[in-house]
Amino acid sequence: MRATMLVYAVLVVLALVAPLAGIYPVFVMKLLCFAMFACAFNLLLGFGGILSFGHAAYFGVAGYVTGWLLTVQGWGTLEGIAGGSLAAAILGLAIGLISVRRHGIYLTMITLALGQMVYFFCVEAPFTGGENGLQGVPRGKVLGLVSLQSDLVMYYAVLALFIVVYLFIGRIVHSPYGQVLKAIRENEPRAVSLGYNVNRYKLMAFILSGLLSGTAGALKTVILGFATLSDVGQSTSGEVILMTLLGGTGTFLGPVTGAGVVVTLQEYLSDRVGAWVTVIIGVIFVICVMAFRRGIVGEIQAFYGRRRNG
Amino acid sequence: MTEVFGYPLPVILGQLMLGLVNGSFYALLSLGLAIIFGLLGVVNFAHGAFYMLGAYSAWIALNVFGINYWLALLLAPLVVAVIGIIIERLFLRHLYRLDPLYGLLLTFGIALIAEGVLRYEFGASGQSYPVPDALGGTVNLGFMVLPIYRAWVILASLVICFTTWFVIERTRLGATLRAATENARLVQALGINVPVIVMATYGGGVALAAVAGVLSAPVIQVTPLMGSSLVVVVFAVVVIGGMGSILGTIVSGLMLGIIEGFTKVIYPEASNVAVFVIMALVLFWRPAGLFGRE
Repeated sequence: MRATMLVYAVLVVLALVAPLAGIYPVFVMKLLCFAMFACAFNLLLGFGGILSFGHAAYFGVAGYVTGWLLTVQGWGTLEGIAGGSLAAAILGLAIGLISVRRHGIYLTMITLALGQMVYFFCVEAPFTGGENGLQGVPRGKVLGLVSLQSDLVMYYAVLALFIVVYLFIGRIVHSPYGQVLKAIRENEPRAVSLGYNVNRYKLMAFILSGLLSGTAGALKTVILGFATLSDVGQSTSGEVILMTLLGGTGTFLGPVTGAGVVVTLQEYLSDRVGAWVTVIIGVIFVICVMAFRRGIVGEIQAFYGRRRNG
Repeated sequence: MTEVFGYPLPVILGQLMLGLVNGSFYALLSLGLAIIFGLLGVVNFAHGAFYMLGAYSAWIALNVFGINYWLALLLAPLVVAVIGIIIERLFLRHLYRLDPLYGLLLTFGIALIAEGVLRYEFGASGQSYPVPDALGGTVNLGFMVLPIYRAWVILASLVICFTTWFVIERTRLGATLRAATENARLVQALGINVPVIVMATYGGGVALAAVAGVLSAPVIQVTPLMGSSLVVVVFAVVVIGGMGSILGTIVSGLMLGIIEGFTKVIYPEASNVAVFVIMALVLFWRPAGLFGRE
């Protein structure tokens, strides 16, 4: 327990001094966005045992809605992010309602298909800018007071929001609701026989995960100033799975670690190897599934668990 | 000119034809997917990639080795089956006892690798494959003009689908296969080499995808990503049909192709999502799928 607190303290200090140490703030902000996305995804996969293959839908749609609210409707930044997240939560409700009618692998295929449907909708919809995407989204001001134009101010705002979301997810998992969700993951028939309305719990997980994935997507649009089709696409859905799997499903720090590794890899590799990025991501997938199913953080925890017991 | 619901008849028939062509591909792909899922319990995300590899094998055969369409139709599925069997032996067989999600994630990774390698070799733009001479041209049926190649695709797919159905449902080999699906241990105890059957099934399933790839090469652009968008539609088809019945899978594939074709006439903007909307509706009405049991 004390070791965990120490890790968190070190991480927070590192995050606080990162831009002062000369690390490009936009890069770390992007990393934090994907880390938030992966944590939200992990709520569904790690704690609910539900593999969604269409999670980019929430991330991308929230990005579009926030971008549209900020540019066309002239909303404030925080309200815009809240609006985008809410849109993603509603999408989570809709997709969840259809998906929870099946289990396991079928549920995954359904989320994949519905995610693709959302993608096609975004290609056609008038407010997304189609192939061009939404450009020139202003960062605006927080509550009309603090301008986010400077990367440094933006960075600390993003970091603060990330910590809030991270703690919120921890709160959800440790709440009675989260415990029931885990019970359903472990043994669904038993949860049913104990009188829990299993589908309602799963649906709630879809909504919460959609909401927070949406916050991540909305934030990304605000940081970078644009929203594109690739954020809604299948490859983004695949990436968030990889981040969670690589870091460790069902652990708290795993998705953050996985996002850190994948985003850093993409940042450094995309200029150097071009098309091979896809191949490398595929290879990491294969390695994770074949030899590394607990993920980085999961393996570390298992190692220390063994040492303590052995 | 004859009109039906305000649309000219030749337009409707033309789209119906295109829908049937697409439906044939859906049927071939979802058939392979269902067979593999039945015996291996693996949802083969790489199915689209094998379809794509089938098309590229035919293209490479023609442009590098000068092998014609007919021979490619035989060779490409064999090549792809060998690739599939190697993957099954190296990776998939270690995952059978785990949660089926791992099989899905592994095959997703393999699909990414295949797409990435081919995009590096051939670029993202498409290659075109000529229609074989014997099947070129059109026939005027009076009420519509029928491109011969499209008719051939539909016919060939139907024959392959029903042959597969016949082998599985009506022969001794198929009976063994179905028995192994029900209870692999018991079949093994009867002296049948189940791992070999499993391996061959995976090879056969992906070979079906490769056949679809070769058949589609002359009617669409051959691109590295041609499979990844198709496989999602095929998943939806499988959810709609339910993977329990071979015949059900074939029928739902063809049916959805036709419905998609009609959507193109009536409301073109929605044609991309027609299958997904139907999937959502079917899930509310019959969660186990049209022909499925749960």
